[in-house]
Amino acid sequence: MEEDDWQNPDAAHWKGLGLTDPVKSIEDKWLLLPAFLKVKGLVKQHIDSFNYFVDVDIKNIVKANNKITSDVDPRFWLKYTDIAVGFPDRTDADAIDKSVTPHECRLRDTTYGAPILVTIQYTRGKNIIRRANVNIGRLPIMLRSNKCVLTGRNEAQMARMTECPLDPGGYFIVKGTEKVILVQEQLSKNRIIVETDPTKGVVQASCTSSTHGGLKSKTYVATKKGKIYLRHNSIHEDVPIVIALKALGIQSDKEILLLTAGNSEAYKVTFSANLEEAAKLGVLTRHQALEYIGARVKINRKVVGPRRPAWEEALEALATIVLAHVPVVGLDFRSKAIFVATMTRRVLMAMHDEKMVDDRDYVGNKRLELAGQLLALLFEDLFKTFNTNLKASIDKVLKKPSRTNEFDAFNTMQFQGDHITSGFVRAISTGNWSLKRFKMERAGVTHVLSRFSYISALGMMTRISSQFEKTRKVSGPRALQPSQWGMLCPSDTPEGEACGLVKNLALMTHITTDVEEEPIVRIAYMLGVEDISLATGTEIYGANTFVVHVNGTIIGLTRYPARFVSNFRKLRRAGKFSEFVSVYINHHHRTVQIATDGGRICRPMIIIENGKPRVNSEHISMLKKGEMTFDDFLHRGLVEYLDVNEENDSYIALYEPDIVPTTTHLEIEPFTLLGAVAGLIPYPHHNQSPRNTYQCAMGKQAIGAIGYNQLNRIDTLLYLLVYPQQPMVKTKTIDLVGYDRLPAGQNATVAVMSYSGYDIEDALILNKASLDRGYGRCQVLRKNTALIRKYPNGTFDRLADAPLDENGQVQKKFDIIQLDGLAGVGERVDPGDVYVNKQMPTNANDNTFSGQAATVPYKNSPLTYKSPVAGNIDKVMITDTENEQTLIKVLIRQTRRPELGDKFSSRHGQKGVCGLIVNQEDMPFNDQGIVPDTIMNPHGFPSRMTVGKMIELLAGKAGVLSGKLQYGTAFGGSKVEDMSRILIENGFSYSGKDMLTSGITGEPMEAYVYFGPIYYQVGILLHSPRLRHIRTEHMVMDKMHARARGPRATLTRQPTEGRSREGGLRLGEMERDCLIGYGATQLLLERLMISSDQFEVNACEECGLMGYNGWCTYCKSSKKMAQLTIPYAAKLLFQELMAMNVVPRLVLDDA
Amino acid sequence: MASTSAHSLYDPRRHVRVDPERVRDVSSTDFPGYWPDEDHSWNLEKFKERLRVTVTRVSNRSIEFDMVGVDASIANAFRRILIAEVPTVCIENVYVHDNTSVMVDEVFAHRLGMIPLNVDPALMEMRDSTGQATDRNTLVFRVNVTCTRNKSSPKDETDPAVLYHDAEVLSSHLKWEPAGEQEAVFEGKPPAPTNPDIVLMKLRPGQEVDIEMHAVKGVGKDHAKFSPVATASYRILPLIVLNPEKPVPPHLAAKFQKCFSPGVIDVDPQTQEVSVNEGNMRKETMSREVHRHPEFKGCVELKRVRDYFLFNIESEGAYTPERLFPESIKVMREKIANIRKAAQVLSSESQGTGDVEMGG
Repeated sequence: MEEDDWQNPDAAHWKGLGLTDPVKSIEDKWLLLPAFLKVKGLVKQHIDSFNYFVDVDIKNIVKANNKITSDVDPRFWLKYTDIAVGFPDRTDADAIDKSVTPHECRLRDTTYGAPILVTIQYTRGKNIIRRANVNIGRLPIMLRSNKCVLTGRNEAQMARMTECPLDPGGYFIVKGTEKVILVQEQLSKNRIIVETDPTKGVVQASCTSSTHGGLKSKTYVATKKGKIYLRHNSIHEDVPIVIALKALGIQSDKEILLLTAGNSEAYKVTFSANLEEAAKLGVLTRHQALEYIGARVKINRKVVGPRRPAWEEALEALATIVLAHVPVVGLDFRSKAIFVATMTRRVLMAMHDEKMVDDRDYVGNKRLELAGQLLALLFEDLFKTFNTNLKASIDKVLKKPSRTNEFDAFNTMQFQGDHITSGFVRAISTGNWSLKRFKMERAGVTHVLSRFSYISALGMMTRISSQFEKTRKVSGPRALQPSQWGMLCPSDTPEGEACGLVKNLALMTHITTDVEEEPIVRIAYMLGVEDISLATGTEIYGANTFVVHVNGTIIGLTRYPARFVSNFRKLRRAGKFSEFVSVYINHHHRTVQIATDGGRICRPMIIIENGKPRVNSEHISMLKKGEMTFDDFLHRGLVEYLDVNEENDSYIALYEPDIVPTTTHLEIEPFTLLGAVAGLIPYPHHNQSPRNTYQCAMGKQAIGAIGYNQLNRIDTLLYLLVYPQQPMVKTKTIDLVGYDRLPAGQNATVAVMSYSGYDIEDALILNKASLDRGYGRCQVLRKNTALIRKYPNGTFDRLADAPLDENGQVQKKFDIIQLDGLAGVGERVDPGDVYVNKQMPTNANDNTFSGQAATVPYKNSPLTYKSPVAGNIDKVMITDTENEQTLIKVLIRQTRRPELGDKFSSRHGQKGVCGLIVNQEDMPFNDQGIVPDTIMNPHGFPSRMTVGKMIELLAGKAGVLSGKLQYGTAFGGSKVEDMSRILIENGFSYSGKDMLTSGITGEPMEAYVYFGPIYYQVGILLHSPRLRHIRTEHMVMDKMHARARGPRATLTRQPTEGRSREGGLRLGEMERDCLIGYGATQLLLERLMISSDQFEVNACEECGLMGYNGWCTYCKSSKKMAQLTIPYAAKLLFQELMAMNVVPRLVLDDA
Repeated sequence: MASTSAHSLYDPRRHVRVDPERVRDVSSTDFPGYWPDEDHSWNLEKFKERLRVTVTRVSNRSIEFDMVGVDASIANAFRRILIAEVPTVCIENVYVHDNTSVMVDEVFAHRLGMIPLNVDPALMEMRDSTGQATDRNTLVFRVNVTCTRNKSSPKDETDPAVLYHDAEVLSSHLKWEPAGEQEAVFEGKPPAPTNPDIVLMKLRPGQEVDIEMHAVKGVGKDHAKFSPVATASYRILPLIVLNPEKPVPPHLAAKFQKCFSPGVIDVDPQTQEVSVNEGNMRKETMSREVHRHPEFKGCVELKRVRDYFLFNIESEGAYTPERLFPESIKVMREKIANIRKAAQVLSSESQGTGDVEMGG
């Protein structure tokens, strides 16, 4: 049976196994991966996040801001009772069918958005009115999300909507462009991170608090000269930690000591200085402490009420601003005090033991921010502004003393404009998230989805960008972290400045969304956690107690952490709460951490109980039959998600034989540690690792198929391969991402040998006959748009048919223009041809014009074809934009065959340009008469060590001979031994080396040549020298420049520099050196002085200074004046030196 | 030296040695001055005596024959000519009147060009430099296909071949439009693609192609579509020489046999003695598998006979396979005639510019 049978798992036989056959082990469990992807899709993180926003978060935001009152009329109120996002629809006013498809939005340059509908209740006079489905704006909809029309559609339905079923979705269409909100990596919120600065000897624990509502503040507990202080933005100076703790209600020094240093003598010694300091400052009671802090709090209040005493200010700041995420209920500061004490203790621990310092780069300390979160912030900002504006206009109406009819707030609401709509559109299309309300100022959040190839689009959807500055020269954030295993792809990162900062998700990852915290806390208490408020320092830091944290907040203690965690997990596996809640024991800090927050990366793993995987053969066979889905595996507790922290607290077996009694989990498949892009590489585990990284960058540039709807798309620039092929040597990832259905490359028969010398430095030799037959043939489609505008003064642009010349003939450049003023589809466009014959009124901007629009004079403003290579009209589209302007898009196509200088690359980071195209009869051939398509120089191998490429050739050859596709999946794949056996069986050498005959001499070659198919990614046009070539050819006109005489710089009187200033061509230092070496003194003199800044000066032989007009101003004499010629720059130098009190004297002598 | 051994396959001078890591003695040595005191000057009689061409297999589409006693350069010259210089007729210009299919014009035109036609190139002339199309040098074909729905197809049918009429444009849709005296010239064998079932593109209801094509005569070095062959290549005869000094151990005889292509090595069922089947030797694919096993070291020498060419020519197009090789000889003779003419011009030292015109 063939290996690709996973696609129809319900087939009666799979890999020769019947449904009833027992699944022995490992071999079939990877089927969970396609099952996982079936449920989640490749870009589930974006879609889940957006769905969470649309379904849950948006409701929370509205709930938090649901009431509008009036300052004028105290009886008036307006309440939002519900909010929902509808389905995308058409905004055209006169449309009958309101349904819209994403592809229509792409073509028409409109936004794929859905109305945001609210239900409101408000007072009208004495009545309370309820209105449902009030439109307050439009939200751009993420493709394939819950609200998208594409979700749940089958391939046929997708085809009807001209949408590619393989397109992953997860992006937005705003004004016709596809925009992606990249995943942003951040340090986790509400967690204590301890850092040190070894040079300054500072240890600090920091915690960024983030509560719902978006306010963020960072609190530090840091050492300063051996003492510990609390630092916060809202407090002017650092507060001694003891004072802070006292202010938080822990008055007794003994208790403070217990809560921070505990019972360990060493900590007590270190901490004692802090107690002394507080005493010295005379702060003994809570009140004194509050007064101390209150005097230093930054007061930031708009409402000028009566001044409050300092202690009240302090109390408020401590309750609401400092460590805002720790709840203070009814002025019970106990939990906050314990949090501060814990931070202090962490500082103390780190002061004593460097190992207690946290690693910022550890993936468990990171959170990923996705589209949903960013949109939620944006919506909250827009919604608040909307409400403020609404309130202002309501007040304005209510202020009017007498009204004819009863005031209806709904009408006011209808006239609020499209603040929310335009806010979303602006933010997504520019990528600027500037939310003053949340002190957020981010640029470059969104990117245009790269449609260079299917893989580039896919790669973009899994990309994670870091908030780190790219210029900083720290290696930590860029380095490959061991905790990235399985979560982030180790290979897929760009080279250069963003190296290691831009990452990609691995294949089987999921990013969590927020889960409600309170029920989890209740469950924790139920499972025997003791409330923290009841505990003293002795108990908290007792020998057997573990502190329980939920999302970083301390909630209690447990004396049996292992039992607690295992019970907690049991509940999770039983599906009693969300599978994305993680729990783990941090032995280091003696804590149990429960996390329910969003943005954690996690991945599924098979649970092992009593040394046996819970997944067994029956489950897999049920999966094959389609009786079980991935979710069933989750619900039955066979598989669970582990986030990075929990993963690192587990003992995970890579393969089934590795299981020992202590093993807790089993990997589903090791190759999932690579991402979608690195997964395309066959045998990556045999390659030198940078080669895989290079391939990840190049795979995105390969020309191929970009989507099933590629011929319906009108993109700015579209590259297509005419005959794309799926690779002979596939990987399981290729099957899973659909690269076999949208490939970018062709299987070339490669001979690894040298030929002609035109193959040095990675150049490739191509077979002309192969090119004739269509190898590497590409199409380039370019979009050209024309807007037929209507002007405010009533005039409008128009299209005109081809004008006739004096002889009544159509000019050559108009010969493809048809009667409607547009070029005919299929016509060839030569350079200089007109393809849209647009005319504009001459008085378009004349707003005083009020005559007949039809009578105005017109001027030509046609679209002419500028490329030096002729093309064909592929498509002409006429449509209306959202603001009723006529839009014309003309797609022009060029078909190109490979030529010298085109770039080719295998899947192993081995790129090369075509160095020579050779006739078929000159190419070597083997005994069967097979002629290679490509000859590759063997020098490409030793230093690159891309053994994977060699194995690919071998497996490819075996595949061709046996008529099967071979697999080169990472950490597995077809074995070299088996491949060699197939070769031998088919009468080939086991080594893959064939005996070739030279096509030129006809004699056999003295060496055996490694010969077989390798998948080549064709014509990687980006950065290709050929393009540069075309461009330079194109721009010779722009570069041509010469000068005999011309402008000079004012200061030095030397010729100006650069073409734009009509400058001279510089004879530089090195050229000068040549002339000196040659001894051409007269030429030197001419170049450097006469033709440059020759200047006549008068100098005095007596004093050596320069005078003028034959008069020395220093000697007051004209006796010994001489005239000489020097460069003006030299004269300038002398004068500048004199200005600085240096006297340069000229000693004159006759030569 | 015309010793009898020179005719023998086992003459070491005729051998290319196929060693484990490399090939040795690839070039021939029978030229004057290589062997001391031997006369290797070219001699027509001797050449005639040694030259042997035997056809071993002919089928509809391919031919295999042996050519013995020529130098690699000669055999290669024929191979090169077959690929690049034997003319054929192919579609060169495509005039698209209408094409509403999903395939773009250039790609369709490219595919049309690749269709092998059954036109005997001898009946046509090459286009001259003016490119003027006449009935002597151009054939006109037309394709006009419109896909329509098959109203009588069953309701739950999914096969496009049943659902629609003309769902595929096939090479058989090419219709020749005779011009001038072509009707008479091509009488009995109207120009058409050799294979009527080549799928050129797929259509769906409402899509239509209307295309006119001009086929001209050309050669493979201009474009691969004009190449008359699918492959034209040769390999040299494999030769397996057992070492009588070191026979293959009987218990390894079966393994030894498996190191070669089936039928090449005979194993005596009784004695387990290994021998080479002379008649089947050409079946050996030279996988050099025997070199991989150290136990057979020294038992056997792998060789190939340098001047024994096993030609394999697969015809694609108008020529029958047996006609192809003579065509290549024809082209070769023309080339030689050309050179002779040029050489004569040179040697006669006639007046003129001193430049010699070589006709094409």
